[in-house]
Amino acid sequence: MEGMKETVEESLREMRETFASGRTRSLKWRKAQIGAIYEMVKDNEDKICSALFQDLGKHSTEAFRDELGVVLRSATVAINSLDKWAVPKHSNLPLLFYPAKGKVISEPYGTVLVLSSWNFPISLSLDPLIGAIAAGNTVLLKSSELSPNASAFLAKTIPAYLDTKAIKVIEGGPDVATILLQHQWDKIFFTGSPKIGRIVMAAAAQHLTPVTLELGGKCPTIVDHHTISKNIKSVVKRIAGGKWGSCSGQACISVDYVLIEKSYASSLIDMLKPTIKSFFGENPKESGCLSKIATKQHVQRLSRLLNDPRVQASIVHGGSIDEEKLYVEPTILLDPPLDSEIMNEEIFGPILPIITVRDIQESIGIIKTKPKPLAIYAFTNDENLKTRILSETSSGSVTFNDVMIQYMCDALPFGGVGESGIGRYHGKYSFDCFSHEKAIMEGSLGMDLEARYPPWNNFKLTFIRLAFREAYFKLILLMLGLKR
Amino acid sequence: MFGAADASVLVMDLRRSFDDGVTRGYEWRVTQLKQLLIICDNHEPEIVAALRDDLGKPELESSVYEVSLLRNSIKLALKQLKNWMVPEKAKTSLTTFPASAEIVSEPLGVVLVISAWNYPFLLSIDPVIGAISAGNAVVLKPSELAPASSALLAKLMEQYLDSSAVRVVEGAVTETTALLEQKWDKIFYTGSSKIGRVIMAAAAKHLTPVVLELGGKSPVVVDSDTDLKVTVRRIIAGKWGCNNGQACVSPDYILTTKEYAPKVIDAMKKELETFYGKNPMESKDMSRIVNSTHFDRLSKLLDEKEVSDKIVYGGEKDRENLKIAPTILLDVPLDSLIMSEEIFGPLLPILTLNNLEESFDVIRSRPKPLAAYLFTHNKKLKERFAATVSAGGIVVNDIAVHLALHTLPFGGVGESGMGAYHGKFSYDAFSHKKAVLYRSLFGDSAVRYPPYSRGKLRLLKALVDSNIFDIFKVLLGLS
Repeated sequence: MEGMKETVEESLREMRETFASGRTRSLKWRKAQIGAIYEMVKDNEDKICSALFQDLGKHSTEAFRDELGVVLRSATVAINSLDKWAVPKHSNLPLLFYPAKGKVISEPYGTVLVLSSWNFPISLSLDPLIGAIAAGNTVLLKSSELSPNASAFLAKTIPAYLDTKAIKVIEGGPDVATILLQHQWDKIFFTGSPKIGRIVMAAAAQHLTPVTLELGGKCPTIVDHHTISKNIKSVVKRIAGGKWGSCSGQACISVDYVLIEKSYASSLIDMLKPTIKSFFGENPKESGCLSKIATKQHVQRLSRLLNDPRVQASIVHGGSIDEEKLYVEPTILLDPPLDSEIMNEEIFGPILPIITVRDIQESIGIIKTKPKPLAIYAFTNDENLKTRILSETSSGSVTFNDVMIQYMCDALPFGGVGESGIGRYHGKYSFDCFSHEKAIMEGSLGMDLEARYPPWNNFKLTFIRLAFREAYFKLILLMLGLKR
Repeated sequence: MFGAADASVLVMDLRRSFDDGVTRGYEWRVTQLKQLLIICDNHEPEIVAALRDDLGKPELESSVYEVSLLRNSIKLALKQLKNWMVPEKAKTSLTTFPASAEIVSEPLGVVLVISAWNYPFLLSIDPVIGAISAGNAVVLKPSELAPASSALLAKLMEQYLDSSAVRVVEGAVTETTALLEQKWDKIFYTGSSKIGRVIMAAAAKHLTPVVLELGGKSPVVVDSDTDLKVTVRRIIAGKWGCNNGQACVSPDYILTTKEYAPKVIDAMKKELETFYGKNPMESKDMSRIVNSTHFDRLSKLLDEKEVSDKIVYGGEKDRENLKIAPTILLDVPLDSLIMSEEIFGPLLPILTLNNLEESFDVIRSRPKPLAAYLFTHNKKLKERFAATVSAGGIVVNDIAVHLALHTLPFGGVGESGMGAYHGKFSYDAFSHKKAVLYRSLFGDSAVRYPPYSRGKLRLLKALVDSNIFDIFKVLLGLS
């Protein structure tokens, strides 16, 4: 590890030197780097898809939709918008301060650290990278060791396309992360679990490093059958897609569990089953369209969640596990106990609990007993229910009548609250995430007011009091001696 | 003794109030803000008296830099709150069509404000204004180093505000530690970088977001191309006229050229005498040093070998009355104590350079300060300074006034802090900006779902590029 420590320190030294040189401040440089990321992805589509297939069994269409496409779009938006994003914001100052001027400029933090995750190893590495570069920082990326092929691709290919003195990649696991976190960074961007999020923030606290933590939680999906029954087919498809269609449920914004009124549960299940079949055929293991579970340990974790006898008893579809093949069958549970482990930790896998309530309004109460999730989904046309959900629950985001897709809307900030995270990104929010908004005020040396200076007396006190209230007329009277 | 159990009960109480919706409504927030305004309007003499007790603060400073600033802050919130509470519409694109999107501000929940001793009213109530405007329940812990102010705050806030959702906890390390063990939805801290680390580490245990308003050595670069009299007056007013140098944005040290320094020193001596008389130790227009711990700390800075012989003005000390005269030092060593920590007192080192450009390097080689100041007429110098010096905020040709401007975010970077407030920035600091996407159940694209195929891949690619022609081509089977 001594060697790794030296590598880290050398990298930091070089990145800081590069930042100090001012090279990353140029918008042209930033656009060129982001353009290079775009080219890198376009040139290596097959290699990337192959790496994702090896790591996670991801089908190339899923890989494109969730990773490559995201990065390409993010890069395009950044290049097209950077000039606009970098423009200083002018502030209006009160008349009292005339002719002073105020503005806010976005400046890069300096040298930043991006700690990425294994489930979307390409997009969760490159998307924050784009933000860091757009804001003018030098950046070190640590990709996840649990997606080794994607990580190796990034470590090998990024240096071939990007400015290696400014943008670096380190591979490795927790021991490498620990060494990185011992050092001082100007910002840390972390995607992962709340447990590790705490460790990252505690390490950042030693250096007063600001952090963005993109964590997770149990994203509930409310199905208000009453008001959406006409479109139930779409609803079922979207839920199925949101659970099994993206990395086999291993996404921070996956549908974690469904809430529905008791009388409709069985018809939902009866519609989900054929939908699963239409997605993955008779044997999902062989379909080639269902991602694998990350590692044997992760399979064992999901297995353990299912092993609870009360949970076992609630299985209404699926349940089979093949640890060797890193396969967990798309599984549906009907009313596992609310105090079971599976209902108290983020599932992060292809198991879908359906929790029934007497009245759909009760789902709000259940959601509130759990930590604030990254997303809440609700299928409903009931405006009252929508209002209640918005005002009585808290989550990173709320999406009505769909799942997952808020991720693609780059005018919306993407981030959590409470246990699901701190900070946000996507679109301009990525630029802001990696920027310090510096206030600049310019006063005039010309107009000087005696009242500003000691020795103090009643006149000056009255003057300043009136000035603060912006009572300009009374101020004038005071100065003309017409006011005491 | 307020301990862990008390803190736990306190948070539970406030959380219950918050969950019951006490703090959510516009009416409640406005009522609380109006009550704060009444405190400012009806109790100014008591506030001034408390500040005199705690800090020897002159009436004008108390009235202007604490009460008036607060009054303005409350009035702004009252005027703007309706606007601030309106959801912000967000643009949606072809990729998510058909949809509409907005960003809704919601309160974080139960928040903790830990305040400082140097501006005990301003730095307690200003963040509380933000917390209340944003609809949170809030606990305020004022600084024990300003005990009269702390007691008055506790009394007035209990008397005027809704104690089911707004509370004051007085105390020191024990009480603060007990509070920090609880889970808060946000912590807002004003104070030192050293304690800032402790606060953030405690917050990390609960993934609590923080705003840390810290400090640093705010440098003042003085160019020879300036109006010297105005420059010097503003520096003096910003240093000794603001709690006697005990302010987070106090001019900490001056950088100027070897050539110009004597002129600066002469001008300062002259204006200091105009402001504070021939015997500044007798002047009633400066705060005293807050307590003997800080007095001894500042004494030590002055007494250090290689520093004590650099005093060119002032240097008198009176421990009994906790007074140190306005003191100017010339060219102390860069590695002296006085140049290694935030001074937070009435001592002003002047460092001279061969040419002014070197000042940028001096500043950049040090931790990022809360504020950096430049006095000059030179437009290019101003631009370079603003672009290349990193600090919480930059002020050209004045000192500290940016604090009063609610349209500028006030906060630090690096060692000087994280997050910002004032004006709408306060409201935002205590809000969660929740993204809301409204989608239609119509128009579903098979492209989204397995089983995956080449055709779906092509359509997806076209969608990603948001190129409507490509999309049509694929849909029509022409691609």
